[in-house]
Amino acid sequence: MVKNSNFNVFKFKKLQMPSKYVLRDAVFTGLIALVTAVVFAIVGILLWTILKKGLVNLTPNFLLGLPEELDAGGGIGPFLFNSFYVLMISLLLAIPIGVGAGICLSEYAPQNSLTRFVKMCVEALASVPSIVFGLFGMAIFVDTFQIGLTIIGAGVTLAMMNLPVITRVTEESMRSVSPGLREASLALGATKFQTITQVVLPVAMNGILTGIGLAAGRAFGESAVIILTAGTSTSGAMWDFNLFSPGETLAVHLWYVQAEAIVSDARLIADRAAAVLVLMVLIFNTSLRLPGFIAKMR
Amino acid sequence: MERILEKGMPVVDYSHKAKLPDGHRKRIFNKWLDEGYRMLVWTATAVLCLCLLAIIVFVGKTGVLVFKDVPAATFFTSFDWVPENGQFGSGVFIVGTLYLTLLSLVFSVPISLAVAAFNSVIAPNWLKNITRPVLDILVGVPSVVYGYIGVTVLIPIIRQTTGTLMGDGMLVSAMVLAFMVLPTITRISDDALTSLPKEYMEAAYAMGATKTYIIWTVLLPAARNGIITATVLGMARAIGETMAVVMVIGNVAQLPMDLLTPTAVLTSNIVSQIINVEFASTWNYALYMMAFLLLMISLVLIICVNFLRRKGGQH
Repeated sequence: MVKNSNFNVFKFKKLQMPSKYVLRDAVFTGLIALVTAVVFAIVGILLWTILKKGLVNLTPNFLLGLPEELDAGGGIGPFLFNSFYVLMISLLLAIPIGVGAGICLSEYAPQNSLTRFVKMCVEALASVPSIVFGLFGMAIFVDTFQIGLTIIGAGVTLAMMNLPVITRVTEESMRSVSPGLREASLALGATKFQTITQVVLPVAMNGILTGIGLAAGRAFGESAVIILTAGTSTSGAMWDFNLFSPGETLAVHLWYVQAEAIVSDARLIADRAAAVLVLMVLIFNTSLRLPGFIAKMR
Repeated sequence: MERILEKGMPVVDYSHKAKLPDGHRKRIFNKWLDEGYRMLVWTATAVLCLCLLAIIVFVGKTGVLVFKDVPAATFFTSFDWVPENGQFGSGVFIVGTLYLTLLSLVFSVPISLAVAAFNSVIAPNWLKNITRPVLDILVGVPSVVYGYIGVTVLIPIIRQTTGTLMGDGMLVSAMVLAFMVLPTITRISDDALTSLPKEYMEAAYAMGATKTYIIWTVLLPAARNGIITATVLGMARAIGETMAVVMVIGNVAQLPMDLLTPTAVLTSNIVSQIINVEFASTWNYALYMMAFLLLMISLVLIICVNFLRRKGGQH
């Protein structure tokens, strides 16, 4: 914000300020800094303990192995696989529609009350509690279509949850592209389609990718939706690409072993599953942020 | 003809008059592509709105069926939830949800504002570049992980310090929720504070005000609408949060007389019971009605946010 160097002139005034105010200022500023430091220290300690507890002796056997009902030593393979599989399905559905709607809102939609209403719909959809999405998915896929708890049901429901996030980020990043670029492109005789796909989208791509990363992280860790649409069991086999088999994901499994499992090393599995989840979210967030960050540093 | 892209300069699309090298056919193809694309993005937008409509209709339609067996007044005001005996009163959960949301906001709003003020006014730029991404990452941490932290870290601490047997209840739920909504409220308040005109601060500095004075009397009042928006969005998140709460609240349908008795809220009750319930049953319809109530609350909150934003958009 304001660089202190700009205010050298006033430093001399500050010295003359009654010491009461200076002291009060120092105490208050210090307090705010302390609160912030404590918050970030807690965050750091928690992330560190989760990762440390879970990542030591994390073996490929655990990551890819089949789970055990009762004995210790089971893996989380199918759950991890399902997490990625469901995530992929949801992104495949949500990216085209979400980016399309974002482009529409930023480039095509006129400034009128209909657009305002549509934008409110996007926000409303973004704030719908995940449990409501879950119940909706259940009503559609389990009750109306009668296909039971399936991976495809979870994927579609998650896609609906991701839609508003992707739309909003796309709209914002497209809007922040300078209008001069569009005008230059149109002046060269490009059609609107060419302008959007070859000029505006590439410039906005960084922001859009970050948004997709956010949505992916959220979908990866989502559990309430998955419990109600994909259930709390798997088909029992690894690499099961069948869209209609039940698909418990890693996040659901973390809840399940913490709450209901009778397997003897439940605590250990929970520790590791939490660490893998946190690690994945960190990877999603940082990998997509990295290009922008590097560009900023240069 | 092109419309105005951004406020100000009108841009005219002469592409339909330009002679393209490949001639007429390519021009027609481009025009066709252009139209097709326009239809496509509008369809995408329509699909998005239809999603919201479908959710409201399906959840509402299923939920309303509960009123065939239970009068609406009983459903919303009765505190007896014994589905096995046909008593469907969701009063306990409604009170629980409101209480829990309020409690978590009481914990998180002051801390969030402090962090936001630190980020936007006090912190040097290099520190901002660290704290803001960290907060963004925190928003993305899965809710089950927060629940797991509550179970493995907070509950043992509460058991030790208070000497209670279980440790589940409102207190630990509110702490977990406060931690979850903290990044949301902080980031939006931070944005509101940062986007204030620089002149506000410079003018105050020029009059010899201290940072404390500026934060309290200039920045926070000026960003009031943004801060309320942040709180309302945090509230929406707290009301709808499910998995973190269900792991630590105890899931017993009784009123939260003190902070350490196991209780239940709308979300936790839905998720802990729905799996074992037959679809075509009053019990199931009652759970759907509770979800519909949550949906309505979140819609109302969003309408409030929109109202606030329109009112506060003059900066």
